[in-house]
Amino acid sequence: MSVYNSLDSITDELHKCMKCGNCMAVCPIYKETRQEVGVARGKISLVEYLLAGELDMTEGLADRFSLCTTCMACNTNCPCGVRFDKIILAARAEAVRKKGLHSVKKIAFTALKMQRLFDLGMKTGSIFQGVALKHLPHKSDRIARMRFDVGIGTEKVFPMLAKKTLRSEFPEVIRVNNPKMRVAFFTGCMINYFYTDIGRAVVEVLNENDIEVVIPRGQGCCGIPASVNGDVVSARALAKRNLRAFEKLGADALVVACSSGGTAWKHVFAELLENDPEFKVLADKWASKSYDISEFLIHKVPFKKEGLGRVERKVTYHDPCHLNRGQGISREPREILTSIPGVEVIEMKEPGRCCGMAGSFSIVHPDLSVQISDHKTADIALTHTDTVATGCPACRLQLKSGVENAGIEEEVVHTIQILAESYRAGKKN
Amino acid sequence: MLAREVLQELVQVLGAENVLTEQEDLMTYAYDATAAMKHHKPDVVVSPLSTEQVSEVVKIAGRYQIPIYPRGSGTNLSGGTIPTKGGIVLSMLNLNKIIEVDQDNLTATVQPGVIIQALNDQVTKLGLLYPPDPGTVTTATMGGSVSECSGGLRGLKYGVTKHYIMGIKVVLANGEVLRWGGKTVKNVTGYDLVALFTGAEGTLGIITEIIVKLIPAPETRKSILAVFDNLDKAGNAIASIIRNKIIPATLEIMDNATIQTVEHFVHAGLPMDAEAVLLVEVDGYREVVEREAVLVEQILQTEGSVEVKIAKNDQERDLLWLARRSALPALAQKRPTTVLEDATVPRSKIPDMLKAIRKIAEKHRLLIATFGHAGDGNLHPTILTDQRDEDEMKRVHLAVDEIFQAAISLGGTLSGEHGIGIAKMKYLDWEFGEAGVAALRQIKEALDPNYLLNPGKIVRRD
Repeated sequence: MSVYNSLDSITDELHKCMKCGNCMAVCPIYKETRQEVGVARGKISLVEYLLAGELDMTEGLADRFSLCTTCMACNTNCPCGVRFDKIILAARAEAVRKKGLHSVKKIAFTALKMQRLFDLGMKTGSIFQGVALKHLPHKSDRIARMRFDVGIGTEKVFPMLAKKTLRSEFPEVIRVNNPKMRVAFFTGCMINYFYTDIGRAVVEVLNENDIEVVIPRGQGCCGIPASVNGDVVSARALAKRNLRAFEKLGADALVVACSSGGTAWKHVFAELLENDPEFKVLADKWASKSYDISEFLIHKVPFKKEGLGRVERKVTYHDPCHLNRGQGISREPREILTSIPGVEVIEMKEPGRCCGMAGSFSIVHPDLSVQISDHKTADIALTHTDTVATGCPACRLQLKSGVENAGIEEEVVHTIQILAESYRAGKKN
Repeated sequence: MLAREVLQELVQVLGAENVLTEQEDLMTYAYDATAAMKHHKPDVVVSPLSTEQVSEVVKIAGRYQIPIYPRGSGTNLSGGTIPTKGGIVLSMLNLNKIIEVDQDNLTATVQPGVIIQALNDQVTKLGLLYPPDPGTVTTATMGGSVSECSGGLRGLKYGVTKHYIMGIKVVLANGEVLRWGGKTVKNVTGYDLVALFTGAEGTLGIITEIIVKLIPAPETRKSILAVFDNLDKAGNAIASIIRNKIIPATLEIMDNATIQTVEHFVHAGLPMDAEAVLLVEVDGYREVVEREAVLVEQILQTEGSVEVKIAKNDQERDLLWLARRSALPALAQKRPTTVLEDATVPRSKIPDMLKAIRKIAEKHRLLIATFGHAGDGNLHPTILTDQRDEDEMKRVHLAVDEIFQAAISLGGTLSGEHGIGIAKMKYLDWEFGEAGVAALRQIKEALDPNYLLNPGKIVRRD
């Protein structure tokens, strides 16, 4: 039984918890608030009281369930193997079933479902974003701050919307001579609308390795923002849209450069669609051939080492939670980085500590998100590097905002961008 | 429910952000890490930022006769922080500063909300060590571990928390603040209240500052693992090591039930049919460690160990310890409810105690795995059960009673390191009779006549 369908699906998970409190040692939220409700043990107890009828599903309870970045650090530190990520997702889905979705999120997730309208909105946004956002001069990133406070402060540094979306920059099929494989690229929203530079780097690197890239036009949001907030109905609709779009074009493998997208294709689609025989088969099929770009380049098609040019960068790597703990990928990006001539990798103190972005968490709990981010920024500063590499566009946003506000000269990029840079440098010689 | 004016006064002292009153928050302070305990919701949770604020809260509680339950991380195993009568939970977690590390006097002064590991992270940089290391070292607070007098793996050589507490600042039940002890090694001025408050489980006063003793960190260490096919031989080996004037930093034992579960869980290479495994670690100066390790190896062989392994490097050491560290997690995954006891006997009685536990398990048809600190006689009989199974839980309670009887009849004690709390209160007179309990009650009533500080723990009101 999937966590998205019923709270009963997690009773065994709840019984595993022996309330030892080991989650307190690693929970980024608890470390800031030092309140029991912030940590897994507290919320597990709340779900137990809810199931026992001692607490009702109130808005207050739903608010407490929003106190989790789903970073999964507690899973890793749990002596009893409790999968708290499952518990929190089930609790949030139950909250939406009982109390409905917060009105702002409802509008947002509905918009995500209407792809064309959303595209139009983003296009309009890219023209008029200057009204709300104040552009900050910067050498590599197009970034800005809010001109006025809409409830999340004006400190956060955002990327500017791209003038042209990634998917409109490329044809649906990008051909190469003598392709050794056909790979479908799931871009995800952040790469499509904001960080098109990551998307271009993915295409560039794959082409460089003689791989034909397909970017299905019909793809949309991965649905993770909806599913982690309990909006199962929207998430399910998005999962089906994406499966249809990729099925239509077909490919030998699917790559993502975004940890949410990877989680969606590998795990979440199949869980959402477990009661839909037709789509469950498709979800399983695509799950078995979905790869994070770094995983793909290490395990599926080992990337070409000849032709790599020198890139003078001191790099520290931040592990995105949903790539590292979520998909078990932490060695691969480092292997890519260390094989690039000129790149020196310097590890930060806790590369796997959550950056505090966690999608809508950073909007619902802006202060907490920044407090968590400050630890990350301080760890980055201690490395005295010039570049932070990571594997997730949402982390990139948060990390950039952190270093920018701290006044640290540091570029924040996706690992794949440094690899693309190296191939480019190789051609100049 | 608290009267509105009580909440108003608390907010006035602490600020609204440090006073929790909503159901959804209060319910998360209704329990602690103790298995199979009834939970109780407090009426309010407050987080003071200073000793003065603690004193004010205690005075308000005194005026309105409201019970106060001090709480650190809530990791204790005796029900010690459960607010059985509602009232105020006093969360000490925001008092989390390491005030001073004094290298000349070898002391550290900390607030009670400091996590034990955080103190050690700080003093390790200076080549120093705060030795008490309960299993919850990365989560438990200094205040909590002083109040519970926690032990850990290094008890045999380094002692337990009470051996490292030199001074305290306490808020008494009437709100008075006093300091006792200090940085001097010698201090016989008046009664030893530092010793009294250490392990008092927050029933006599509220600790708001602690001066601890630090020691120079040992230069190096070496681990040895020994397998036994017979419990008595393992017991003799423990005694023999001590008789030969070697005091290892740690001397741990795991019984067959633990070995089987652990081996299944981590595949550390333990023989499944072994009756007992001993894990020994010696530490100190390099020359001493080398010499002692060889001696320990010889003793273990002489006492009939079927296999002795010395870790040659850190990796091998980690592998040996993986099995021991995995004991509780492995056992905990086997059944939903893990009842972990800490009955303690003189170390010469370890084999007798292990056999008694095995008999009790058979009699009540329960799965009891035992591991623990053999060197200091502190065993952890761990009952693996399921809270939802009423019949089995009845047998669990009977077994627990008998385990305590066995420990006391062997000259041991109810609790080596977890404390009495609610969980073991009813057994107190088994150990020191009605008169002993009455003496405890007199001390409690002298310091807290109205039973406002962590009431319902250690001694019940008559």
